[in-house]
Amino acid sequence: MIEARELTKDYGAKRAVDGLSFTVQPGVVTGFLGPNGSGKSTTMRLILGLDAPTRGDVTVNGRHYRDHAAPLHEVGALLEARSVHTGRSAYNHLLALAQTHGIPKRRVAELIDLVGLHEVARKRTGQFSLGMGQRLGIAQALLGDPKTVMLDEPVNGLDPEGIHWIRNLLKGLAAEGRTVFVSSHLMSEMALTADHLIVVGRGRLIADTSVDDFVARASQKVVVVRSPELQRLRETLAGPGVSFEPAERGAVEVHGLTAEQVGDRAAEAGIALHELTPQQASLEEAFMNLTRDELEFASEMEEAAA
Amino acid sequence: MTALAPTARLPRLDHAGRVKFHRILLSEWTKLRSVRSTKWSLGVGFLLTIAFPVLFAVVTRTHWGSMSPQDRADRHPLDIALAGVNVAQLAIAVLGVLLISAEYSTGSIRSTFTAVPKRLPVLWAKLIDYAAVSLALIVPAVLISFFASQAILHNIGQLQISFSDPGVARSVIGGAIYVMLVGIFALSMGAIVRNTAGGIAAFAAIFFVLPPLMFVLPTSWNNAISQYLPSEAGRQLFALQHAPHTLTPLAGGLIFAAYCAAAIVIAAVLLVRRDV
Repeated sequence: MIEARELTKDYGAKRAVDGLSFTVQPGVVTGFLGPNGSGKSTTMRLILGLDAPTRGDVTVNGRHYRDHAAPLHEVGALLEARSVHTGRSAYNHLLALAQTHGIPKRRVAELIDLVGLHEVARKRTGQFSLGMGQRLGIAQALLGDPKTVMLDEPVNGLDPEGIHWIRNLLKGLAAEGRTVFVSSHLMSEMALTADHLIVVGRGRLIADTSVDDFVARASQKVVVVRSPELQRLRETLAGPGVSFEPAERGAVEVHGLTAEQVGDRAAEAGIALHELTPQQASLEEAFMNLTRDELEFASEMEEAAA
Repeated sequence: MTALAPTARLPRLDHAGRVKFHRILLSEWTKLRSVRSTKWSLGVGFLLTIAFPVLFAVVTRTHWGSMSPQDRADRHPLDIALAGVNVAQLAIAVLGVLLISAEYSTGSIRSTFTAVPKRLPVLWAKLIDYAAVSLALIVPAVLISFFASQAILHNIGQLQISFSDPGVARSVIGGAIYVMLVGIFALSMGAIVRNTAGGIAAFAAIFFVLPPLMFVLPTSWNNAISQYLPSEAGRQLFALQHAPHTLTPLAGGLIFAAYCAAAIVIAAVLLVRRDV
């Protein structure tokens, strides 16, 4: 369980994380979603105590990360930035980390086998490809059999086999009752992996919701309608906040009304409908809509302040 | 790269240990021995500590017959035996800086502080491991260079000294302690600056640039100030003769140790306060 309260981080004049409050629950995969530069990696560094928050507070499994007696058993983390000495072998890198907690050598070997780095474990990590580095980072995150697993952009650089593997792994870890917190800027990836979403833009919380609700909320007010009396239908539906866009094969997209509202009003006016389809936006579109609002809101605020 | 394990299940870890200081010492020892720069720096430091005295002893012996009485009087067997210390200190200092600056340049410091989020024990462990390693390496090196140079100079009675003569054992072991303290000072510099080039430059400025600059000052000022510089104070640990304007070995050694302690304190405060 990760609990953030009013978490804020400034780097000089730039606010990277802005009053973030959220809770990451055990037993499900929680996606941490936001465009590049929205404060995801900073938030993860704050969780691990690598950076100190300007304001606010964050705890893992009930305590500040640095106050845990065995931190690698509490949180296993894969950070986005490289965090391995390029002159050291993968084996020695993991061994040195394991030794701080008295984790035995056979566990190091076990994790190297798990991520498929057996043949290159004695090579210096400076020679590793992006994908190999990513696998090493995943082995590092899982070394201490942690209650909470936190991965920053884990599919970066992985081949399709590796991506499939990590999806299954994450779901398995969550099913065992662990807390799984995974960041990504790719909505499609989150749609396949996550159960719950924490969405950020410009360091601010945009949404904290299940994946299904997220899509539903962002897409519920777009309806595709076909009717032989399209002009009369438009006159009937017109009102504040309602707009129309032409769709393919003579249909029209109604924005700002639900399918129920469109259907009821058409019936009252006696207009026949040949199609009435609520649009299921993709996660990608839902995300774009939400972050676009957030960006517009932010720039309006800036203009108002100027 | 081999195939991923077919099952994406994480095997359980039967035994959960806590972070303990002796474990961090072992971890830092693994890090120390598992990079190439360690082997190179320590190997070069060891060889130079021995090679220079041997070289100087051979040169002195072959030229002894043609040297003027004044020249002969200026030779001192301990200067020859400890000639390598001045060179070895550079290798030990560079490695000292690298031990921590490379963690920042590669980003491995983030892994290190994720495993030990209290941070300070990592600094203590690095200092203790490095002090132990450099001492274990340089003590034999200075002993070998003392006895080797004496053996080469065996037919020159004027240059024979015994290890049990007053001040000799102290100078020889003092040379090794000086090198160890240089390593500690350099490691602290690396922790403060967090950058390899910057750390080495800071060390070189304090040890090699500052002392000659003092000669720009009037002699009385130079004599009054220079003895308190880290390099000059530390040097008294292995100097056999002491001028009126130099400190005693004990005072010089303590002042150098105090500089090291001050550098460690600054490094420790910054280590806890700064983001990584």
